[in-house]
Amino acid sequence: MLVFLLRRLLQSGVVLLVMSLLVFVGIYAIGNPVDILISPEADQAEIARTIAAFGLDQPLWTQYLIYLQQAVRGNFGNSFVHGTPALALIVQRLPATLELACVALILAVSLGIPLGLWAGLRPASKSGRAIMGLSILGFSLPTFWVGLMLIMLFSVQLGWLPSNGRGATTELLGVPVSFLSWDGFKHLLMPAANLALFKISLVIRLTRAGTQEALLQDYVRFARAKGLRSARVVFVHVLKNILIPIVTVIGLEFGSLIAFAVVTESIFAWPGMGKLLIESINLLDRPVVVAYLLTVVALFVVINLVVDILYSLLDPRIRLSDQAD
Amino acid sequence: MKILLDAFSPSWVERCALLVLIALLLGALAAPLISPQNPYDLAQLSLSDGRLPPGSAASAGQGVQRYWLGSDDQGRDMLSAILYGLRISLLVGLSSTLLALAFGLSLGLMAGYFGGRLDSLIMRLADIQLSFPAILIALILLAVLGQGVGKIVTALFAVQWAYYARTTRSAALVERRKDYIEAARLLGLSTPRILFRHLLPNCLPPLIVVAALQVAAAISLEATLSFLGIGLPITEPSLGLLIANGFQYLLAGNYWISFFPGIALVLLIVAINLVADRLRDIINPRLQKQ
Repeated sequence: MLVFLLRRLLQSGVVLLVMSLLVFVGIYAIGNPVDILISPEADQAEIARTIAAFGLDQPLWTQYLIYLQQAVRGNFGNSFVHGTPALALIVQRLPATLELACVALILAVSLGIPLGLWAGLRPASKSGRAIMGLSILGFSLPTFWVGLMLIMLFSVQLGWLPSNGRGATTELLGVPVSFLSWDGFKHLLMPAANLALFKISLVIRLTRAGTQEALLQDYVRFARAKGLRSARVVFVHVLKNILIPIVTVIGLEFGSLIAFAVVTESIFAWPGMGKLLIESINLLDRPVVVAYLLTVVALFVVINLVVDILYSLLDPRIRLSDQAD
Repeated sequence: MKILLDAFSPSWVERCALLVLIALLLGALAAPLISPQNPYDLAQLSLSDGRLPPGSAASAGQGVQRYWLGSDDQGRDMLSAILYGLRISLLVGLSSTLLALAFGLSLGLMAGYFGGRLDSLIMRLADIQLSFPAILIALILLAVLGQGVGKIVTALFAVQWAYYARTTRSAALVERRKDYIEAARLLGLSTPRILFRHLLPNCLPPLIVVAALQVAAAISLEATLSFLGIGLPITEPSLGLLIANGFQYLLAGNYWISFFPGIALVLLIVAINLVADRLRDIINPRLQKQ
């Protein structure tokens, strides 16, 4: 276990280094770093000062070391557009994205598991087949297109839900959240559903496959033979045993929810960090882009590590090894 | 054609999907011949025909009689724009898939055939790559590289190769132990010849299905990135860009500028997925659905 942890930590560190190198070489070395790092309005003295401050007169590898040193301290430079530290901007937008991702995850679980159970218990029925058909659609339709259709239907045609923004936010432990007020909740509903769609389909498939497999097992037959009520068989015996793979996948998918939030946030003008990224790319606000990319990559590395560890804790049959076949 | 349709006969859904896919491919190929106007020849556009609803008659001298699917803000016939957009979407999707297929397949063959350190290096790279969602990798690359057709093909290539490398490797691992490979080796054939003439053809079937599914994924991802404004430049309007262009008018009630390119995109993606699914059954009869 300890060896495994050390190896995984080392591997995570290498991934982070490679990513930082990629972003560094891409952003700082391909273009002219002076143009990139200094806003066009700067005067000659300021340009000279910044070149010295960033060590742009140094050889490339020294520059990379300086950049790494600064990045470890959380200093990615100031945003050209906002004039504030880039990392602070990201952190400020983080709660909105996390709220969206969490609500999407809750939707995925609370809709996906019951629907998947239903489809798994009656695979041949019309409703079971309809659920599977829907999940195939959820997999193949592009998220942004579904978002557009939601806006068209619920905002433009029916006028039920607002199409952009976060609405009123309330403070919860010092963090602004939307879901506590009615207005904020209405704003949250559509983006969260949009973001959740793909994951709902995924959970439906996993649950259905797990259910069908579990139903054939001896312990389920035995429970039935004992005369237990079928509700008890389904919710205790079947559900408990299919939860392990579902929990793992959900954990892994949380990271991808944050990545996919880029799309949903752009469509619904949700003020999270994904929208900030797209704005920053379009405005060539490179410090923010670098800060976002490295933050998210770091987040990912941590999530992957935590899920791997959780997996072994949840299911003692799985022994951790560094060979992932 | 008849044989193709027969192979797709068990289900009318799959048959429809095949027909839709063929129609879309033909439409995209023949776009310059069949579309009512060249949507990017400014001389053929008239601003006074901007944002007309579907079915509106065109003002005189437009080359088009009627905008069956409406017109966009610059008076462009949406049907023509969609046909041209399909071309670009398909071109980007297919070329990136083929490039990634060639690269991933070569790596996978080598990993499976030689084994050892090369194998674990390639597979570790693929593992790391696959632990990040495709859209995140594409975002990183496009943020670094910038916009352009070549750049988005690069990004889609980088996202895809690992799937092919993995699929090929697992097939190659099974195949390399078989007698015909041993025989080829004893005959003294060169390693590249064994890899590409003997091993490759036997690893292909599962790859074809993966590649077909990946074309749909690539087209969808390209549309998403272009919609976000970081994929293709405005001079290469794929379906995603057309949808993005219409998005601003959606709230004003001019739904058709976004809606119809979206329908074309969804039809294309769903049709490819269904056809690929059927291909899997044809290639591997053991998995035949009951």
